[in-house]
Amino acid sequence: MASETTTPLADVAPVPGVAKPDPILVADGVRRSFGGLTAVDVDHLEVQRGTITALIGPNGAGKSTFFNVLSGFDHPQRGRWTFEGQDISRLPSHKIAHRGMVRTFQLTKALARMRVMENMMLGATGQRGERFFQALLTGWRAQEEQIRERAHELLVRFQLDHMADEYAGEMSGGQRKLLEMARGLMVEPSLIMLDEPMAGVNPALTQSLLEHVTGLRDAGMTVVFVEHDMDVVMGISDWVVCMAEGRIIAEGTPDQIGKDPAVIDAYLGTQHDEPGYTRPVDRSGNDDGGGS
Amino acid sequence: MDLLTAVFGHALRSALGPEAAVYALAAIGLNVHYGYTGLLNFGQVGFMLVGAYGLAITVSTFGGPFWLGLIVGLLAAVLLALLLGYPTMRLRADYFAITTIAAAEILRFLIRSRPATDLTGGVFGLQGFARAFRDINPITPGRYGFGVFTYTHIGLWSLLVTWTLALLATLLVWKLIRSPWGRVVRSVREDEDAARSLGKDVFSYKMQSVVLGGLLGGLAGIMFVTASNAVEVQAFLPQVTFFTYTILILGGAASTVGPIVGAIIFWFLVSGIDAYLRAVSQAGLLPDFLVGINLGPIRFALVGLGLMLLMIFRPQGMFGSKREISLGL
Repeated sequence: MASETTTPLADVAPVPGVAKPDPILVADGVRRSFGGLTAVDVDHLEVQRGTITALIGPNGAGKSTFFNVLSGFDHPQRGRWTFEGQDISRLPSHKIAHRGMVRTFQLTKALARMRVMENMMLGATGQRGERFFQALLTGWRAQEEQIRERAHELLVRFQLDHMADEYAGEMSGGQRKLLEMARGLMVEPSLIMLDEPMAGVNPALTQSLLEHVTGLRDAGMTVVFVEHDMDVVMGISDWVVCMAEGRIIAEGTPDQIGKDPAVIDAYLGTQHDEPGYTRPVDRSGNDDGGGS
Repeated sequence: MDLLTAVFGHALRSALGPEAAVYALAAIGLNVHYGYTGLLNFGQVGFMLVGAYGLAITVSTFGGPFWLGLIVGLLAAVLLALLLGYPTMRLRADYFAITTIAAAEILRFLIRSRPATDLTGGVFGLQGFARAFRDINPITPGRYGFGVFTYTHIGLWSLLVTWTLALLATLLVWKLIRSPWGRVVRSVREDEDAARSLGKDVFSYKMQSVVLGGLLGGLAGIMFVTASNAVEVQAFLPQVTFFTYTILILGGAASTVGPIVGAIIFWFLVSGIDAYLRAVSQAGLLPDFLVGINLGPIRFALVGLGLMLLMIFRPQGMFGSKREISLGL
């Protein structure tokens, strides 16, 4: 992308585990295995603040598992990671969200039998009325109106305001993706992790989704996302991290990654290109547990 | 015509009677669990049981005052909620279902067991623990009402108190569910992970819901035995929970007035069918295949049939939202 010369990542060497000038998220020695299968084995990763980092890799590379681990939805056998300089590796998922690191899901989790506006308002943190005894009083009403206003602004920004009073279950797949992203923003995160934001989205909506993602970065947020579609990745990311078989095999700007032979190997498989190539035993080619 | 009036009167009396009010209370609690939080509690009767026996044992066995019995009964329900909730709330929903139904049965067998007889009265139960409740009855002794709706001052007193409690519980739950607290609880029902990803402590909210619903179940149990001034363990069979579910689904799960309306309709139907069968039987008009068999269970068979028809033609119940129920997850 044209912007890459101006990003702080221009001078960073395209080497797996390379240090970044101002990392917001740093992971060390994260290892997650399911039985005998190692799904994630990341030695070191730093995510630069205020950028869009894409996490790519073939099916079963461990991208989503890594996502789940970092966001507290899965627990690794070992490893630690810090967010904004603080160790969050033993925190439950909701506390990680509280710290400002919010995620979305590959299979969208719209709260189907709740209104779109309720979905949004749920996202606000520090709500007085969420405490049992406070809920019985009226002290939360003023705050509730502020939250509603903020939710409305976000819905307008994501062009969902006309659906505010509908059930989230009545939305289309793409609208749910948008809702989930907007809802995540209600938490006011400094880092947002999007798990396959484009999966199952009507192509007509893809462009608008992409604009929202770049909009998040331009608003000062850090974005990490998992994606399969290489065009999408090359188009909007500032930095690309490629995983294969649980490890990070390459890092770099989209241009550098596009030319990296290790990435091409991981995606296309060397065995198809070279006659007489024998499969190494440890490369079973299995999926890392499916759906991850 | 006479027969129909009698049957109708009997059904209506039952629909507004103390039993319907007790079931309404229990169903309000179950609505908090199942309707709003999505927790499958198959042992609501267990909460009723510990509430009832907490009161009865405190007063009848230990000679404590009635108010202390009330507190003990409610605390017992809270304790049971914590005990059942804590290990299961981090697991999948079915574990809570299995745990609650098993716990309710274990409690029933414990209470009727021989070693516990000194404490619980065993199969004979306990009596006379609600005298203080009757002593504070402000209604002058006598008979009130008309026709089938005639109550003694004692019956009227517990009837009024139980329905008032059911209304207050409805109001409490309505207020909670419309607050941000209720929003979080409903989001847990929809998708726990989504709630977590937005920074909500799902475990804590589930525990709060279990305690609140269990507390209302305990209160239902207390009012159940207070009305009759006697407690008997065989009144706490698992079917009580399933009647409560029927009531909840009939009225509409996750609706505010559903439990109350459901309880009224349920008891109207059960008693109406029962009275009708008895009347027809006395008049010798029963079809041959029904003559000489126990008519008691038939009403429940018919209730089951009614519930099936309801699920087919009106799955959202009387007051549930059709739109809401049609939304797949």
